[in-house]
Amino acid sequence: MLQILCLFIPIIAAFFMPFLFKKIRNVHTGWFVLIVPLFLVVYYSTFIPAVSKGETVIEQLSWIPSLGISFVSYIDGLSLLFSLLISGIGALVVLYSIFYLNRKKEQLHNFYIYLLIFMSAMLGVVQSDNMITLYFFWELTSISSFLLIGYWFNRDKSRFGALKSMMITVAGGMLMLGGFVLLSLMGGTFSIRALIEQAPQLATNDLFIVALVLILLGAFTKSAQFPFYIWLPDAMEAPTPVSAYLHSATMVKAGIYLVARFTPIFALSEVWVWLVAGIGLLTLFWGSFFALKQTDLKGILAFSTVSQLGLIMSLLGVSAIAYHIDGAEDTVFKYAAFAAIFHLINHATFKGSLFMIAGIVDHETGTRDIRKLGGLMSLMPVSFTVALIGSFSMAGLPPFNGFLSKEMFLTAMLSVTEFDLFNFSTWGPLFPIIAWVASVFTFIYSFYFVFKTFTGKLNVDQLPTKPHEAPIGMLISPVLLAGLVVTIFFIPNIVTDTFVKPAVVAIQPFLYSSPYDVNIHVSAWHGPTTELYMTIGIVVVGLLLFLTLSKWQKLYSALPERFTLNRLYDFTINELLGSWMTRFSKLYMTGSIRKYLAYMFTAIPVIVIGTLIVKNAFAFKFEGSSPIHLYEIILILVLVIGTITTVFARSRITSIIALGAVGYTVSLFFVIFNAPDLALTQLVIETISVALFLMAFYHLPKFSKVEERTRFKFGRAFVSIAVGIMVTLVALSSHSQKFIESISSYYKETVYSEAGGGNIVNVILVDYRGFDTLFEIAVLAIAGISIFAMIKLRLSRKEKNYESK
Amino acid sequence: MEIIMAFVCGFLFMSAIYLILSRSLLRIIIGTGLLSHGAHLLIITMGGFGGNNPPVLADGVTEYVDPLPQALILTAIVISFGVTAFFLVLAYRSYQELKTDDMTQMKGSEDHE
Amino acid sequence: MKVNNVILQFTAKIVFFIIFFFAIHIFFAGHYTPGGGFVGGLVTASAIVLLIIAFDLNTVQRLLPINYVYLVAIGLILALGTAAISMFVDQPFFTHFFDYFYLPLFGKTSLHTAALFDLGVYLVVVGVTMTIIQTIGDDE
Repeated sequence: MLQILCLFIPIIAAFFMPFLFKKIRNVHTGWFVLIVPLFLVVYYSTFIPAVSKGETVIEQLSWIPSLGISFVSYIDGLSLLFSLLISGIGALVVLYSIFYLNRKKEQLHNFYIYLLIFMSAMLGVVQSDNMITLYFFWELTSISSFLLIGYWFNRDKSRFGALKSMMITVAGGMLMLGGFVLLSLMGGTFSIRALIEQAPQLATNDLFIVALVLILLGAFTKSAQFPFYIWLPDAMEAPTPVSAYLHSATMVKAGIYLVARFTPIFALSEVWVWLVAGIGLLTLFWGSFFALKQTDLKGILAFSTVSQLGLIMSLLGVSAIAYHIDGAEDTVFKYAAFAAIFHLINHATFKGSLFMIAGIVDHETGTRDIRKLGGLMSLMPVSFTVALIGSFSMAGLPPFNGFLSKEMFLTAMLSVTEFDLFNFSTWGPLFPIIAWVASVFTFIYSFYFVFKTFTGKLNVDQLPTKPHEAPIGMLISPVLLAGLVVTIFFIPNIVTDTFVKPAVVAIQPFLYSSPYDVNIHVSAWHGPTTELYMTIGIVVVGLLLFLTLSKWQKLYSALPERFTLNRLYDFTINELLGSWMTRFSKLYMTGSIRKYLAYMFTAIPVIVIGTLIVKNAFAFKFEGSSPIHLYEIILILVLVIGTITTVFARSRITSIIALGAVGYTVSLFFVIFNAPDLALTQLVIETISVALFLMAFYHLPKFSKVEERTRFKFGRAFVSIAVGIMVTLVALSSHSQKFIESISSYYKETVYSEAGGGNIVNVILVDYRGFDTLFEIAVLAIAGISIFAMIKLRLSRKEKNYESK
Repeated sequence: MEIIMAFVCGFLFMSAIYLILSRSLLRIIIGTGLLSHGAHLLIITMGGFGGNNPPVLADGVTEYVDPLPQALILTAIVISFGVTAFFLVLAYRSYQELKTDDMTQMKGSEDHE
Repeated sequence: MKVNNVILQFTAKIVFFIIFFFAIHIFFAGHYTPGGGFVGGLVTASAIVLLIIAFDLNTVQRLLPINYVYLVAIGLILALGTAAISMFVDQPFFTHFFDYFYLPLFGKTSLHTAALFDLGVYLVVVGVTMTIIQTIGDDE
């Protein structure tokens, strides 16, 4: 139970945030929040020994058993690695945010509630084995990301960025859901593990490719792959702790996770290999190329994240090749999956620290514009060191962990040239070339980021505030991450044996049966290999280009602005949806409630009578009806006369009294129809209603003259006659044919034995259908309280306007 | 009897809709009152009037009227009372605020979005 | 509306108690004969309305100093609580219990948890009806 509970612990903790924030003002709310991720780190660490041996742990909680939907916490190498990243980076980010967000000025409870919801959602995504709950958590990450990006909601840019990210990721999520449903129809289960077992049969299905593409669209939108990456740079409006957490270390990796998780199912398809590897590589190049165009520190990091995500994605694509080679575990193709996971860890460490440094620079100087920054090295020595470590790791230089995974990445890309299925013999050589070019750009923007900010001339006048080193608390998290960057370089095999190999087994279960079978040993020095020469080439060319950057960076402004993807997005949202659709809606949404009512009352008879005709459901027979008595005829006459009076009465009081008369007649009908409870209730209710109408009489408007002049309108009459006919037809048909035995016989038989009562109606109300009654009194209470509020609170127009400001 | 009641229900619905589509708020409220009467009678008619005894256990009686529609209607009666009262107050409060009860003048305007 | 109508007021006082006890009767009888929480509540409310008509709102408010909004809340909690009892003895939500007891004076009597639920309904109905009437009547 604890395992499932842990998924929800952050959400449960979120409930306490408003109280903590409101009641304990002297302590930063973040300190309380910090307990949650710390606990989770410790908890998930206890799984490490078992999982690194290749074991898996699963716990299940039924949610909708009839549909096969349940909450599952499935911990294997892949989900444990992600869970540790989520809780670990989460703890560091919370710690960082304590110093980043001012406890007196910010709405901290909102911030931490969103953050905790996100944490739960993300844990749910990586641990769910059930695709429906996976989707549920997936969308929850989109929603919490939306809230976090828009945290400073009074800024236009924040709102724009929040909406953009939500539009794109949620649209992708919906497509992914479609893919999940298709998969479950093919395999007959929502469980991913069960689907993996029947992967070969699934591949023969006609809809297999459709499901594949849909799920990939979900992953690509979430992981900001080309061409969906455009939301990520705009998401940088979020507070920096959020960018460091969601938009570099965790949420954007959800797409990576999804691709990794589904690799065993889809890897058999040629489309999968091409799409994942191709789009990944394209994104890698695109992101690194455009990173240099950015002038905002976080903008550079956003594009670099896009590019690095592309790198991991392309590695996962290439790893699928191993499924098409016999004995791949002994060939060069085994490296791709390993490198993907390894780089994922490394990226989380160095990118997390870089984001935090960007936040520190922003916090201490008041700007993130790289054109204004420079020469901060002497003022902020610790930040500079951390930035240097992070950037060098990102550029792929020793002695940092980025070097190790970058080398493996190059190895994996070179291996593609040896693969000769699926036209790879023709296009394969492009892979290492693009990878190399992108790495050159990666090298340049890494240097661009660190040296433009920290070296060069210091212009204190241009900065909004006087820069100084950040407080020590703010530096803890980035320094810890930078420490990891260095540590991993020196002890790579401990890290990979513990985390990477179990995850690789999860991605390639057909290749390896346990983590010990993955015979990859990471070492910094391989001797003079092609990869080494490529790295040397990257450094040389990169340095040359970096030194001449000011000469050719202008080229970016020569690129056309008009046809960018951002333009396409703006066009879709503003023109297509915003303007055209609004104009179309305005055609019939006039704002007049009468019109809407007329639409509804026209649609109802059209649909119902149409159904009666199409389904041939109308029936009419005299048999089985009860006899007619004289007093029933009299009652009906009274009823009809009363109704006509209400409709045509000229004064208010006549209508009200006529309505009362109709009500009393109805209660007499209930007497005839053997319904004593109803008769009693109706009688009392009618009395109280009439009293109510008369009490409110004083306040009510008179019937207006306009109304009286246009007493009869053809359209109104036509619609109402149609509804009347419909009701009569339905009543006749339902009387004339009974298809299903009424459940009432059950009530009649069990009312005394099971419920110990004699009045069946009352027993139905309080016992058999108690839920109805419970909700009914709730509705009644709501009506009563709203009336109370409407009269007692009396918000008049002026006050209302004042309050809404 | 059921057949005649079917027509009565239709008639009630017709009058109710005619009132609801009018301009005056008070007429609309009266219309909803009629509509709920119509709906109650419709439900009990659809259940049928067979069985000559009220659904209360008694010695020597085996044929009861169908109790389920009655339970449903009992719920509906009380709810419709609450809703009618709510409408009534809504109507006269909006009349006080807006100085009109004409639905055509109560259109929502752009700046209130 | 200061008409000193002694006969009406005197009659109203007596009739109020008659109606009120009738309401209590049909509330308890509801499980076996026509009646129950809804009707009982409505009849009680109408008894109070009668008093209001005979006297006026303020006098009745002094006679019966009840905050009807609280009454609604108490009724809802009672209904929900009764429904939830069964969860503590590992039964599905809304399972009712009943048994027969021999009580002094009453003889063989059946006691139901359903009656508690019905009491919740009764309180809500009285509370809502009186809230509505009181607030509308108050608003001159």
